[in-house]
Amino acid sequence: MTAVPTETKAAIRAPAPARPPAHRRTLVLERGRADRRYWLDLWTYRELFAILAWRDVAVRYKQTVVGVAWAALRPFLTMVIMTVVFHVVAKVKAPPGAPYAILVFAGLLPWTLFSTILSEASGSLVANANLVGKVYFPRIIIPASTALVALVDFAVALAILVAMMVWYRFVPSWRLLLIPGFVVLGVLASLGPALFVTALNVKYRDFRYIIPFIIQFGLYLAPVGYSSSVIPAAWRFWYSLNPVVGVIDGFRWCVLGGSSPLYLPGFFGSLAVVALLLVLGVAYFRRTERTFADLI
Amino acid sequence: MAEPIIRAEGLGKMYMLGQAAQRERYTALRDVLGRSVRNVGRRALDIARGRAPPARPRAEPFWALKDVGFEIAEGEVVGVIGRNGAGKSTLLKILSRITEPSEGRVTIGGRVASLLEVGTGFHPELTGRENVFLNGSILGMSHGEIQRKFDEIVSFAGVERFIDTPVKRYSSGMQVRLAFSVAAHLEPEILVVDEVLAVGDAEFQKKCLGKMGEVSSREGRTVLFVSHQLGMVQRLCSRGIVLSHGRVDFDGPVSAAIERHMTAMAHRQTEDDERLLAALGGYEIAITRVETFSASGQAIDQLPWDQPFQVRVRLRVRGPVAGRLLGVAVDSHRGGRVTTWVTDLADVVAAGDEHAEVALEVAPGILAPGAYSLAVAVTEASLAVIHLRDGESPFAIVDTGSAMAAFTNVDYGVALIPGKWSPAASPVPSDPPAAAAE
Repeated sequence: MTAVPTETKAAIRAPAPARPPAHRRTLVLERGRADRRYWLDLWTYRELFAILAWRDVAVRYKQTVVGVAWAALRPFLTMVIMTVVFHVVAKVKAPPGAPYAILVFAGLLPWTLFSTILSEASGSLVANANLVGKVYFPRIIIPASTALVALVDFAVALAILVAMMVWYRFVPSWRLLLIPGFVVLGVLASLGPALFVTALNVKYRDFRYIIPFIIQFGLYLAPVGYSSSVIPAAWRFWYSLNPVVGVIDGFRWCVLGGSSPLYLPGFFGSLAVVALLLVLGVAYFRRTERTFADLI
Repeated sequence: MAEPIIRAEGLGKMYMLGQAAQRERYTALRDVLGRSVRNVGRRALDIARGRAPPARPRAEPFWALKDVGFEIAEGEVVGVIGRNGAGKSTLLKILSRITEPSEGRVTIGGRVASLLEVGTGFHPELTGRENVFLNGSILGMSHGEIQRKFDEIVSFAGVERFIDTPVKRYSSGMQVRLAFSVAAHLEPEILVVDEVLAVGDAEFQKKCLGKMGEVSSREGRTVLFVSHQLGMVQRLCSRGIVLSHGRVDFDGPVSAAIERHMTAMAHRQTEDDERLLAALGGYEIAITRVETFSASGQAIDQLPWDQPFQVRVRLRVRGPVAGRLLGVAVDSHRGGRVTTWVTDLADVVAAGDEHAEVALEVAPGILAPGAYSLAVAVTEASLAVIHLRDGESPFAIVDTGSAMAAFTNVDYGVALIPGKWSPAASPVPSDPPAAAAE
């Protein structure tokens, strides 16, 4: 019937050279089976994770000429407003020895990290629907890679903090060296809720309208514009269970040192909540990710 | 034969077609909440009135795949065919791990790469170079592998000069070429290809097929190929699996598979016609069926280029035929109308017949090999349409050795018009109109 260019066909059918099957792994696809090699899979896909994160960063800073400036300007202006509202207008006192602006900015940095990860992650799977529907990879890579983008923004904002410290001639203590640890804690604290929200957003597309509301609300619930030491002692522990509170307090402790002592029971409570949310978030994400391609 | 590289056993994939799921592509939380509040309210009302609450509207299961089993040996090139909705894409999605099966299992003994769509993940803001790395990793290549093949990929696509330009400034042809080129350099043990070769210009398609064939033969790569272009399946594959309603309908040599598929298609047309008749009640004269027939009188849609063929149109006539026209037109699948034939209806349908069949004999050798469809219309003498059916009875003119057979993948037109070459009797002086001479 059809004119068959026989050489192509012959070429394709030519016998395969024998290959040792030893280094080849056998994959079994079955309902609920994908789980077993989950973490191993994640490791094999680390390059994709890196390149997706790099793509998001590259695009973010390429598209807007003022990309870097924007990452710096936003937290800076928020800091100015918060300082004016809480310190100048509402007359909230800073702890002795700490400029109020630095107190606010040290709280704003982890908060911005948290809110950026939450909002960017929530829409990330839907934004990458064409990938999810066409290629396999552990889905968790996509929301997780938005955390790296948020970290780049964070680094830019951190530079401003340094500039402010110079401006106020504020000398930090050795605790500043612990900041990386709290950055990691901040990312973990954000990922738990972010994974929940990401998975929910695939199923319920109008969930994304709730996110900005949560973030706006959270900005005042979290001790960003004020220090958590203003909370009445009786409520302090319960207040500290908010995972963001632990991160912000820890951050302030690093930056301001003695003038912002760490409230330990609350801090450990906060850590426990972070861990719990992370475990639940990952578990929920994994349970639902198998159906993402069918929903998206 | 050695251990199969892919083994599927009792594979099934179920989707829930709830009442909601059919209407909405995804669920909105607001709807879910609204619905459950309403349901609770209704239920409470029913109980208050002493009535049993009605059963919940149950979501209906739909099996996109059911009991699918096959084995594929290493190095085999298998075509998967079937009409739309037969489960081809679902099968490929399971094999490439995009979605998991609802039942059964697949054992795969190698790395699977799927080419489900060319340029998946291309980002317009990034440069060609950056996109090669991005797209390569998405398709499953390692960074080192991409680096090694980078020059080859770029020169294969022919975009060397623009490799550091953002892809948004590329012409669409360049984008497709670059994307193809990345894909063509994948070297997994199993390659899953879904219709990707349908895009891009023919010249480049040919180059890609050649490249894939070459890599296959050298490395014994297994290929699963899904396409509606039966000619391409025939050309590439040695074995065909026909899916029908989510089940394996046939599994065997590719030409037998294609034949089986086409018989199934013809069968479906009959089914449709009966349903159609009811729907066409309102037409005074209705076109109930359009088919192509070979010279030997078989209803087929693959017609040899050098044989005459017939277009047969069935009509249901409930009004006068006098003064009305019947037209049949051929549309090329590349777009554009090739030709039209018109006749007075009274010349081909006897007055008073309710069911009539009209045949149109088409001369061979003029319609160029390629894919076409038919548009059929019954009109008043004023050309006011009584009934029009468009895009009917898709058929292909198959090249079994025309003068243009060597140019199968080149768009050389839709007609083979006899022409005669000879050295011109009095050669034109080679000088002034140089452009014309070229």
